[in-house]
Amino acid sequence: MTVESTAARSMARRSGTGGKSATKKSASAPREAGGTTGTTAATAKRSKSAGAASPAKTENSGKPAKAAKSTRTSKTAQPAKTAKASKAAKAAKPAKTAKAAKSTASAKTTRTARTTRTTKAAPAVDGSAGTELVQLLTPEGERVEHPDYAIDLSDEELRGLYRDMVLTRRFDSEATSLQRQGELGLWASLLGQEAAQIGSGRALRDDDYVFPTYREHGVAWCRGVDPTKLLGMFRGVNNGGWDPTSNNFHLYTIVIGSQALHATGYAMGVTFDGADSAVIAYFGDGASSQGDVAEAFTFSAVYNAPVVFFCQNNQWAISEPAERQSRVPLYQRAAGFGFPGVRVDGNDVLACLAVTRAAVERARSGQGPMLIEAFTYRMGAHTTSDDPTRYRRDEERAEWEAKDPIARLRTYLEKDGLADDAFFASVEEESEAMGKHVREAIRTMPDPDTMAIFENVYADGHALVDEERAQFAEYLASFADPDEPAHSAASAGEGR
Amino acid sequence: MAAATSTASASAASGTPDVRKMPIAKALNEALRSSMENDPKVLVMGEDVGKLGGVFRITDGLQKDFGEQRVIDTPLAESGIVGSAIGLALRGYRPVVEIQFDGFVFPAYDQIVTQLAKMHARALGKIKLPVVIRIPYAGGIGAVEHHSESPEALFAHVAGLKCVSPSNASDAYWMMRQAVESDDPVIFFEPKRRYWDKGEVDVTAIPAPLHAARVVRQGGDCTLAAYGPMVKTCLEAASAAEEEGRSLEVVDLRSMSPIDFDTLQKSVERTGRLVVVHEAPVFLGTGSEVAARITERCFYHLEAPVLRVGGFHAPYPPARLEDEYLPGLDRVLDAVDRALAY
Repeated sequence: MTVESTAARSMARRSGTGGKSATKKSASAPREAGGTTGTTAATAKRSKSAGAASPAKTENSGKPAKAAKSTRTSKTAQPAKTAKASKAAKAAKPAKTAKAAKSTASAKTTRTARTTRTTKAAPAVDGSAGTELVQLLTPEGERVEHPDYAIDLSDEELRGLYRDMVLTRRFDSEATSLQRQGELGLWASLLGQEAAQIGSGRALRDDDYVFPTYREHGVAWCRGVDPTKLLGMFRGVNNGGWDPTSNNFHLYTIVIGSQALHATGYAMGVTFDGADSAVIAYFGDGASSQGDVAEAFTFSAVYNAPVVFFCQNNQWAISEPAERQSRVPLYQRAAGFGFPGVRVDGNDVLACLAVTRAAVERARSGQGPMLIEAFTYRMGAHTTSDDPTRYRRDEERAEWEAKDPIARLRTYLEKDGLADDAFFASVEEESEAMGKHVREAIRTMPDPDTMAIFENVYADGHALVDEERAQFAEYLASFADPDEPAHSAASAGEGR
Repeated sequence: MAAATSTASASAASGTPDVRKMPIAKALNEALRSSMENDPKVLVMGEDVGKLGGVFRITDGLQKDFGEQRVIDTPLAESGIVGSAIGLALRGYRPVVEIQFDGFVFPAYDQIVTQLAKMHARALGKIKLPVVIRIPYAGGIGAVEHHSESPEALFAHVAGLKCVSPSNASDAYWMMRQAVESDDPVIFFEPKRRYWDKGEVDVTAIPAPLHAARVVRQGGDCTLAAYGPMVKTCLEAASAAEEEGRSLEVVDLRSMSPIDFDTLQKSVERTGRLVVVHEAPVFLGTGSEVAARITERCFYHLEAPVLRVGGFHAPYPPARLEDEYLPGLDRVLDAVDRALAY
């Protein structure tokens, strides 16, 4: 062996998976985490730009080709059949009509949309959902009534919602700090969206099923998912990390809007099973531009699937304002698909709970999907890799700060004497404890075994994965110190 | 990986053999029917799969017998079809999705690649995605644009997916049955120009493993490897070569992911030469991977480089040119000539 290759090998050994190097690896975590950040940010950006590309998708429509007659019918037995069938398919195609209808609708409503943005929400499509933003608790902490959405909660339930929101915010800010300390590669903060998530999350039953984006930390909390489990993918130790079936909380979905279809399919299955569970799909204002979300609306409407589409319009899709996604208020989109949409004050936990309850009940009773647009604000950056100062004003944030979801509930609880100092102190104490727990959990979170690369690629196995696993194990084993037991080779053997 | 060595689905039937002659289209239909009878969780969904029975009639009669909840006519949105199939799979169903034509799969490509293929791994194995995506593929029927493509390499490249393509009625039946029973997503490429080719199907046989290749003709001078529609072409080429005194072996790969390299390796070790044939463009096609791997495995047995015959790096041509574009008997034999000239 030459001097160079020996050096190369010893370098490689140092970055290997031995017990010694594991210590080294965790010591250099901040730098590595920085690397992850870059990659993930790029991924997020790509997901978004897919949205921008979706109009092209629509235009693409290979469909018209189907209708054209085959030029060489004599060539084979079936072209004639195909051509005929395709023609029928074209005739039945609903997409075209839908598209036409949509453009007309958007042209008509443009003016209204612009005025309503600054004043109040336009009338809800089904007429029953009131004429404005559904609100039950004002930013000043005043309890108000709404003609269509009532709620009557016990003092304990109200305090519970407060506790949920405080703990969720604490977990979230702890995660942001951990990212700054290099313990996480990336974090997508939910700061400001606690009411939307806790309100909707607490409207669900255990047998309901949730399809989140990557920001639904508050909903995860409501579902009983161990908060530290949410950190795994942001630390880079796995790409999901929890069993979706144990809490009926699906994995975080990074590709924007994909989960809306999964929720729809799942809801179709609920119907086939004759069950009365509901399914809820979370997505954002950016995702509302995705074809998958539109297709989910179509499918769920056509099959009358028991799914609630919960859109958190937090005003920003990374740097793009909601105006870049739609010329009509998002909740109005539902009308074109044939189900109701409603806009709720997304910083009002009571309204979010009441409206989601109503939507879920509607789904359970066989009335099909509903769209809820929770009008809220992303107080923080898109993720820790983002810099909102490049695209939005401080004043805007300040305006929304005055509508803070936690502050308004606290004001209400205090003013009406629904919670005493001891309660707030206990929540504060619990919040401190949670922070400590999260910090400890992340710092003791083990890195995955190298051979985990080959784990669970397939349920039934795959010859190529087996081959590559064996080759890679052999390669790693070639670095083993002959004086020490070969760690990586041994774990490779237990690969599956 | 075990490999069957004869054309007939291997022996040992339980009870009396029930051998029926039927076209590939009917074999697929029968397989779907059996799968649905055996497992109430199996669903069929796609565009026009209900009353019409699909544009190729593969699902003919299924909706009538199993109802609209198990044979689901979907809106015309491929991403929606696959995305909702994923949701149904998460709910415990086993959806068999029909994409009407090869060229229409791409709106669903995102769901297939970013979601379907990875979800099992992302959940650390806690959930399974038993979804079959049927794609009538490849050319030869004089169709218009987007109706004749062979996109299999785009799927075989993706970890988490399995890709297969039957070449005859018996395989069509059994491979579909096995694909539906698989707990992994399977992209099932159906050779549309062979739909009406008849063959014997023994529905009582014990089938070969889904991903095993099969030697369908034995020979000593050169191996031809193919799958789907090109197996027949290769068999015809082998017959023609025989008249010229050349003995060609034909291996039906049957599966493009995983590929049964062991069976192919044994064949090439015998013949010393390999020509891989598919309709898909040669560049970065299945044949490229086969050539690389077989070269690694059989370097000292090879008398000639592995050659590839397939489509060109050009859009699938208008129908009046497809006879020139598609690999036929002559182009296969030309490659054999070149391999034997080394």
